[in-house]
Amino acid sequence: MMELNTQRMEEFAGRYKYFLTFVGIAFFLLVIRLWYLQVIRGSELRKLSENNRVRILENPADRGMVFDRKGRVLAQNRPSFEVYLVPEDLKGNPEVVERVGEILNIGGDEIQDRLKTVRRRAPFKPMKVKADIEWKELAFLETNRVHLPGLVVDVRPRRSYKYGDLASHLLGYVGEADENDLRQARESRYRMGAFVGKYGVEHRWESDLRGVDGGRQIEVDAMGREIKPLRSVKPIPGNNLFLAIDLDLQKAAEEAFQDKNGALVAMDPRTGRVLAMLSKPSFDPSIFARNISPDEWQSLMENPFHPLQNKVIQGQYPPGSVFKIITAIAGLESGAITPQTQLTCTGSYTYGNRDFRCAKEGGHGTLSLHRALAQSCDVFFYQVGLKTGVDRIAHYAREFGLGRPTGIPLPNEKSGTVPSSAWKKKRFGTPWYSGETLSVAIGQGYINVTPIQLLTLISAVANGGRLYVPQVVEKVEDISGTPLKEYPPAESGRVDVSEKTLQIVREGLLGAVNEPGGTGWASALKGVMVAGKTGTAQVVRMEKNFRKGDTMRLPQRLRDHGWFVAFAPYEDPKIAIVVLVEHGGFGGAVAAPIAKKVIEKYLNLEPGSTLQTGEKPQDQELDYDD
Amino acid sequence: MMIDRRLLIHIDWTLLTIVFLIASAGILNLYSVTSGGDFAGTPFYLKQIFWLASGVGVMIVIAFIEYRYFSDFAYVIYAACFVFLLGVMAYGIITSGAQRWVRFGSISFQPSEFVKIALILSMAKFFRRPSDRKGYPLKHLAYPFLLLALPTILILKQPDLGTAIILVLIFFSTLLFVKIRWTALLTIGLTGAGVLPIFWGFLKDYQKRRIITFFNPDLDPLGAGYHIIQSKIAIGSGGILGKGFMKGTQCKLGFLPEQQTDFIFSALAEEWGLVGSLLLVGLYFALILWGLRIAVQSKDRFGGIVAFGVVAMLFWHAFINIGMVLGMMPVVGIPLPLVSYGGSFLFSTMMGVGLLLNISMRRYLF
Repeated sequence: MMELNTQRMEEFAGRYKYFLTFVGIAFFLLVIRLWYLQVIRGSELRKLSENNRVRILENPADRGMVFDRKGRVLAQNRPSFEVYLVPEDLKGNPEVVERVGEILNIGGDEIQDRLKTVRRRAPFKPMKVKADIEWKELAFLETNRVHLPGLVVDVRPRRSYKYGDLASHLLGYVGEADENDLRQARESRYRMGAFVGKYGVEHRWESDLRGVDGGRQIEVDAMGREIKPLRSVKPIPGNNLFLAIDLDLQKAAEEAFQDKNGALVAMDPRTGRVLAMLSKPSFDPSIFARNISPDEWQSLMENPFHPLQNKVIQGQYPPGSVFKIITAIAGLESGAITPQTQLTCTGSYTYGNRDFRCAKEGGHGTLSLHRALAQSCDVFFYQVGLKTGVDRIAHYAREFGLGRPTGIPLPNEKSGTVPSSAWKKKRFGTPWYSGETLSVAIGQGYINVTPIQLLTLISAVANGGRLYVPQVVEKVEDISGTPLKEYPPAESGRVDVSEKTLQIVREGLLGAVNEPGGTGWASALKGVMVAGKTGTAQVVRMEKNFRKGDTMRLPQRLRDHGWFVAFAPYEDPKIAIVVLVEHGGFGGAVAAPIAKKVIEKYLNLEPGSTLQTGEKPQDQELDYDD
Repeated sequence: MMIDRRLLIHIDWTLLTIVFLIASAGILNLYSVTSGGDFAGTPFYLKQIFWLASGVGVMIVIAFIEYRYFSDFAYVIYAACFVFLLGVMAYGIITSGAQRWVRFGSISFQPSEFVKIALILSMAKFFRRPSDRKGYPLKHLAYPFLLLALPTILILKQPDLGTAIILVLIFFSTLLFVKIRWTALLTIGLTGAGVLPIFWGFLKDYQKRRIITFFNPDLDPLGAGYHIIQSKIAIGSGGILGKGFMKGTQCKLGFLPEQQTDFIFSALAEEWGLVGSLLLVGLYFALILWGLRIAVQSKDRFGGIVAFGVVAMLFWHAFINIGMVLGMMPVVGIPLPLVSYGGSFLFSTMMGVGLLLNISMRRYLF
């Protein structure tokens, strides 16, 4: 318990007068200031308060533009004319509402209702009546302006995407800031109704693209007309983005994909730069910028093929036979097999009391790894899987980046699943059955990957084992072209696999495209060596007496997904690509031809290209002088 | 707890009268400010009355606990408040970009408000033993500085600049009151002047901009500058007699920002004019003077320092808030005691008043 401490209390009393003086002066200052404002400037300020004469006009900043790698515009701003009414200025002229409604084709009652709700809270704040009015309407309003007090027509920048739904999942979209955005915006001031990036690059690079809004403080007369500007702040436009994608290649990819559903992504295996990215079905991002209608939103949300999902990074599918690349590497590296190991395929493999079939009826006969990869023999890889074991397969899958996000700078990337015995114990509490290893060895069962993961995988195979973080933006520049940020290639790791093993796999993939009986023949190009692997991801388990030709007789939603992964040219890989066609059936038939068109286009775009194909016009012979 | 009958004789009616008058003016003003607009739910003034009534309860309890117990538990109270501040960081509710609130069941409150009281109590405990004649030397001040720095950093992170400023001002006012050596004062001043430019160099551009506009709102004509102009228009247009109760147009038409909290004085000055404003400013002046008297007349050092700390808190709140809406001071979120809307702030103010009452009643005892 504390003792009462009363020593030297007189000191407090001694300081009393100083504090008293200080407080006295402080309050005296407040009184003087009150006098100055309320008496000396009283009548002047009262005049300003009547009809509230000081108002703010906003002047939003232009959002930064988005270009492709060669500086061609993908996203820009266009002027939008917007009509506002100032509720308080309408008081004396109720007929204005009717008139404006007539010109703009909106019911006068509808405007009245909305006016009523805002009038009480902020009667001097202009209320938006219609955005994006047409030239005809604008001309009409402007000529009648004198008769329409309370009307404000303002021009605002709106986002527009030059090529509609091209690369829409990569570009993303902007929309009006909602409460969530306003709450999260700690460092910046968003106006209510400002446009913010909501998805894709528009979202991820929001702070670069946004810029700083400006505005003017003005004094107005009793009718709401501007008398004089008081102060103004100039808006600072946002910074421009240069994407890694190539517009021509993206166009070629979209064209090749036609109306199929699925995903396509390509990158430079030497740098990790994403050259093209598409997810289908796509959407037109500009509908969000002009306030999406409930119907449009409904149809996007209810579409069974998920147009708002970026399947490149969010779609998780079994990799199918593409996964045999990993099974092969795991088998070679662990010593379970050698390149010379011969195994026999009779068309099916009996394990436990179950028959595991091969894709080829009648079997491949006795074969070694090279031909097994090229012809995608399931029975060969069932046996490799059993020799290697699920945990070693899982180890090499993770080594190549499966089971975790690649780190691509786009929102909501999924990580997929790499099953192992420990994983199954944790997930289901049951031990691993070796029968399940057979499914995993050919990329079915529990295993799930995203297209972007397979892309980093095939790139690593192509480039000698380097894993790159896929990059979508190359650089950021300010409005005058001064570079602000550059994104150099970012290596996220190196796979612990010998070059010899990688070389064996690469040869197998080359065989898949170029040798007789290879599954990827549909992507073969004249004059350039493509290496690739097909895959088919089961959507439903095959029935007992199911034959390959039956695929197309199934209802579409039950058909398998077709994969194709590839890189080219074989000797010096410049492009790696992943194509996934949802419910497209056999990957070699649907996905490989798409990949072929994109590879061909890209190698033609490369300066100094000597690629010659049958479809190419003959006047390209001048290329020799390179 | 036994209540000494002698205590009841010494209840400080002057203090209670001043507080009651300010609080009544506050409720009346809040009624006018928040009526008519579309504020959903229970009317603000009713909530404020409810909080005021509970605040009076807390005040009575605090007034009748012998204050030596506050000395015994000062550091415990401080630690508890600090834990709540950490809780805000981890689980706080985010509103308009700041994380200042914690929720318990259906009650949510701002722990930073109660940190002010905790700082006052723990400083009083530390300084209750007098230094030598020359005052406290610098080396004895490390611990009090720590008491200030820990919560201030957390509060700045929320971010709540206003409350952090109040803590710093309470701290330095108290140092002057307990007397520190002039050499220590000089060192603190010079170090502060030396460190600030270095600190400035570390700030990002947008942070610098924000601080510059903080001291000169004219540079931000679309944000703070606009608010100050509208506030000055509101106050000035009130003239000598005011526009009358419920008739303030600036406030009713939504031109005042934060009209029920930080800018509530502008609404009062608009409706009640110079007469009303002077009356309210006068009441605050009386409250401060009376509180200072309680501080110097206290029977012991702990009581004196606590009373002074509470007075410092009330003074800086009132002075900075009114100075801000009058356009004399930076725009910072510091509310007006007993008048601004807000439960946590009203509670911490009533706790302070309870402490003043407590110390005032006991100056004749022991």
